[in-house]
Amino acid sequence: MLKFTQDHEWLSVEGDTATIGITQHAQEQLGDLVFVELPKPGRSVDAGGAAAVVESVKAASDVYAPIAGEIVEINQGVVDDPSLVNADPMGKGWLFKMKIADRSQVEALMDEQAYRTLIDSAESA
Amino acid sequence: MSDVVTAVPLKRTPLYRLHLDLGGRMVPFAGYEMPVQYPSGILKEHLHVRAAAGLFDVSHMGQFEIRSRTGGEDAARALESIVPMDIVGLAPGRQRYALLTNEDGGVRDDLMIARLGEVFLVVANAGCKDADESYLRQTVSPTCTIERLDDRALLALQGPAAEAALARLAPDVRSMRFMDVRAMEVMDVACTVSRSGYTGADGFEISLPASHAEAVARALLANGDVAMIGLGARDSLRLEAGLCLYGSDLDATTTPVEAGLEWSIQKVRRAGNRAGNFPGAEKILRQLANGAPRRRVGLRPEGRAPIRHGARLFADQGAADAIGVVTSGGFGPSVNAPIAMGYVTPPGALAGGTIYADLRGARVPLRLSELPFISTTYKR
Repeated sequence: MLKFTQDHEWLSVEGDTATIGITQHAQEQLGDLVFVELPKPGRSVDAGGAAAVVESVKAASDVYAPIAGEIVEINQGVVDDPSLVNADPMGKGWLFKMKIADRSQVEALMDEQAYRTLIDSAESA
Repeated sequence: MSDVVTAVPLKRTPLYRLHLDLGGRMVPFAGYEMPVQYPSGILKEHLHVRAAAGLFDVSHMGQFEIRSRTGGEDAARALESIVPMDIVGLAPGRQRYALLTNEDGGVRDDLMIARLGEVFLVVANAGCKDADESYLRQTVSPTCTIERLDDRALLALQGPAAEAALARLAPDVRSMRFMDVRAMEVMDVACTVSRSGYTGADGFEISLPASHAEAVARALLANGDVAMIGLGARDSLRLEAGLCLYGSDLDATTTPVEAGLEWSIQKVRRAGNRAGNFPGAEKILRQLANGAPRRRVGLRPEGRAPIRHGARLFADQGAADAIGVVTSGGFGPSVNAPIAMGYVTPPGALAGGTIYADLRGARVPLRLSELPFISTTYKR
């Protein structure tokens, strides 16, 4: 199941673990990334709390946790090579994994159709 | 209708349509719609300039022609009354970096001044050109005519392949050395070409009629070595070259000495019968003699996180009081590391070689670095 946020994060669920990254739209808007800062495994985050930072040549952007939970794993690959997020934001460019605290928070997120509508309307604005 | 707001529309350069054709991502800059990047992205554009050649539209910058009203050296002398540079001694066909100073010894704008025959051609920053024009009219107009060249475009062609690319259209450029300026025809169009730029690489700046700018740009881009480059890469290139950006590293409160630009103040303006007599001369000449209380420095953050404009600097991890601030910071694609410039007080605090910056609530170390961060390749 693939869900999305208004802030252009995606969330993919396997069992009670969620994998989080930024979307294709987000990486296009940000441009070339040069630095990624990820949270420490074991840290608890609130839904909507700043969990990670991605930096392009021009500016730093916060990545928010779509749901509350505990960080269980981070993607060292993107720390070593931030361009991976630009190249494959929905796959190899994943950022971190969380243990889901409250399943209903996942259900409440946008599905792919709703996210497409969001970005289509933003692009034609 | 009290809450209706009329936005001032952004201006466009003569190359606006070309930028759209090439997929430029347009952003507001100094009142203009300018391309921050093209589909390649900032990193690739930056690296392309250092490896081959990049073409930049810098038509948003101000271009002025200044002439003596009655011939002779009036214009040179008038310019010397507002910049601490040797303009009287600037030879025909030569260009010089110059600073408009204020009464506090600070900088109003940084410029290029070129002497071409009877005329001085002045190139100013886009964000300052209106204020600069007013200032020129206030100061030098008794003895000079000032013409603002709003019907001209400005292109920059930079990189190791720039000479070969431009020589195909104007063979004369091969004999130019760094800071030479010449009038010449490019594709039957009367242009003014200087061998200079803002990247640390060899290259040229081409002033030409706006009506011909797109044709000349397309002709240069037809060369496989030449790619169109946006303002994002222009900024990372100049930062690697240790060059100041007015409004960030230079402003009304920074003196040329604090900024490390003493080299631009020629000896004849420091001593002798043409010494001083520019705004802020007393303070600037005193700093030249005794040193300045703060200095612009190069900085290399340890680790991979960029440290950006506005970050406060400290002598050690636990210090309460800041010793300075970052004025330009980002990522240098050619050095493959974050780089920055800032001001530090007092210069003596730098003995240890490592200082600290605030980054997202933590203190991170930066090493002091020589400037530039890369080797420049000016054709001297």
